Amino acid sequence: MSNEGRNPELRAQFDINYYQFLDNQGTLKNSLPTYLEDDKLQVALYRQMVLTRLLDAKCIALQRTGKMGTYPSTLGQEAVGVGIGYAMTKQDVFAPYYRDMATQLIRGVKIKDILLCWGGDERGNQSEQTPFDLPCCVPIATQVTHAAGIASAIKIRHEKHAVVSTLGDGATSRGDFAESINLAGAWQLPLVVVINNNQWAISVPREVQTAAQTLAQKGIAGEVRCEQVDGCDVLAVYDAVKRALAHAYEGKGPTLIEAITYRLCDHTTADDATRYSPSDGLKKGWEKEPIKRYRSFLHSKKLWDEHKETALFEQCEQQINTAVQEYLDTEPQPPEAMFDYLYEELPRSLKEQRQQLIDKTREAQP
Amino acid sequence: MNHAANTETVNATENSFESAKDPVKESSQEITMVEAVNLAMAYEMRMDENVVILGEDVGTNGGVFRATDGLKAEFGLRRVMDTPLAETLIAGITVGMASQGLRPIAEIQFMGFIFATMEHIICHAARLRNRTRGRLSCPMVLRAPFGGGIHAPEHHSESTEAIFAHTAGLRVVVPSSPVRAYGLLLAAIRDPDPVIFLEPKRIYRISKQTIEDNGEALPLDVCFTLREGQDITLISWGAMILETLQAANQLTESGHSVEVIDVATISPLDIDTILSSVKKTGRCVIIHEAAKNCGVGAEISAQISERALLSLQAPIKRVTGYDTIMPYFRNEKYYMPSTKDIVKAAMETLHYE
Repeated sequence: MSNEGRNPELRAQFDINYYQFLDNQGTLKNSLPTYLEDDKLQVALYRQMVLTRLLDAKCIALQRTGKMGTYPSTLGQEAVGVGIGYAMTKQDVFAPYYRDMATQLIRGVKIKDILLCWGGDERGNQSEQTPFDLPCCVPIATQVTHAAGIASAIKIRHEKHAVVSTLGDGATSRGDFAESINLAGAWQLPLVVVINNNQWAISVPREVQTAAQTLAQKGIAGEVRCEQVDGCDVLAVYDAVKRALAHAYEGKGPTLIEAITYRLCDHTTADDATRYSPSDGLKKGWEKEPIKRYRSFLHSKKLWDEHKETALFEQCEQQINTAVQEYLDTEPQPPEAMFDYLYEELPRSLKEQRQQLIDKTREAQP
Repeated sequence: MNHAANTETVNATENSFESAKDPVKESSQEITMVEAVNLAMAYEMRMDENVVILGEDVGTNGGVFRATDGLKAEFGLRRVMDTPLAETLIAGITVGMASQGLRPIAEIQFMGFIFATMEHIICHAARLRNRTRGRLSCPMVLRAPFGGGIHAPEHHSESTEAIFAHTAGLRVVVPSSPVRAYGLLLAAIRDPDPVIFLEPKRIYRISKQTIEDNGEALPLDVCFTLREGQDITLISWGAMILETLQAANQLTESGHSVEVIDVATISPLDIDTILSSVKKTGRCVIIHEAAKNCGVGAEISAQISERALLSLQAPIKRVTGYDTIMPYFRNEKYYMPSTKDIVKAAMETLHYE
């Protein structure tokens, strides 16, 4: 389009780049950066995606048999969480939403803790392995604002690491997201925000959520570097987050990444997606899913075979079953524990209520 | 929008700028409440590099009431941050900063704009310690000027402290004098848990007190007995302490012995101090500017009824704002309790048989 006759200062042009290495069949479409040409890393990414999927299935089974509470599945979106988890360093801080078990596991959160969290026990968020990461966040998009605050703290303290926060496509409609993106640009924060665009906010499809052609472009108004990646291509996610983090470490500011996936599951175990999700969408979603194509890629590179596959499944099942047993064997906290972390020290006015609860509990016991 | 506020501030601005800038200046000084707020923050920022300030217009402008005057000049951009104009953002990033061990003090310009912060305050600041079983905490202060009586536009005059008092995990603190503003704000900044610090702006500059800038905090979670007496207990907080003390003077002149309690920490409530006073006097009037329905006065009254009913010689009375929307300022004086209202209620209580 001609720019003639316009004030050049009022004109801006935008492009949203889309990144993909592996197509739906697992064929390498673009050459990999050297840091991704690492057999050990490539295999590790696969193993972690498989562990995530098997644990996900176990979580649903535990919920269906009354052994766990409502649980948000990650089926079909494993590459996003695994890509992020491997791209981050230990010093970076993670501010997740609630569909981020994959990244949390890589950060060091134990399977037992994930199960405790969804099994109704706050101790699941106590993870000593992740001293500064936030626990999974239920109110939509608020974690992104906390992440902007953490990134501000890093900048105030002249530190060199960065923050990664995640959210769903629906969460980009919220003020918290927009306000945080605006601040990230204004303050040039070391912040990487990854949208898991799985096409659904419970039952509301992506195209009803916004008229924007991409979700990534929501970064442009805040002068935030932004791009799309194939969220079912673990190499592309890893690469996008790695580049974004490098950018942040160098003090060059924030990045917004839209990872395009498809939710192959219900929103949570309390949802029934057959009420609203067309079956052809689901069929197309399965054609793109991350694990199958990545297995083909590893096979083509002679890094994987059926024998390894069987061994991996056995190993994962054992690891998961051990953790499930630990979870089921964990006694609930005593009732009065609801008072014990309200404040660093329980105010006098609450001590009486705490004692009342203890007395009531004792009376109720035979 | 702060027309009324800005026009009064010129002299105080210059004074507080000097006092904030010069740490070796004579430490004993006569200052207003808003200067005391400034002094407390400056003191703690010198002592603890984790203390940072953020909010709208808190930087070069020094805050619309000048509470942060001179602080950016002394502590720089990284510790005194003008944020974008977004209250949700201010609260959210404050939670994020506090989760990493900073001690942020966020200013919400007026309490009427605090509602955009509430998801972060109620769902996160108040819960972070509980949610992580103590792994993370949220040592933050959310400051906001509140209350009516300064002829401000709509949304600039409400008293909604009860909304926060209803939330577990928070402290809600209201100073009523320069001395208590200084001591309680220092305590709030040092507190390991989130504090909503509500500053009654009507008395920001109404009087001065001598303050030793020695960094000594006052205790949180306790009431202050401002005056001891035998016949009746008047319980209030914030700006209404002014009218409550005036009422106490009038009652004393007419021969009554009046005890006055400044609640100061609205939540968690120090009910013990209130109970021992009411058990002694047997009569009690609770005064607050906020609406009556579900106000903090209702909770105090309920607890007295539960624990000291038989000591009461008269029903508890509440002198409060009406359960209406705060009127535009031409009529705000009719909304707010007056000294006369308090005296009348106290006399009825004293003469109840």
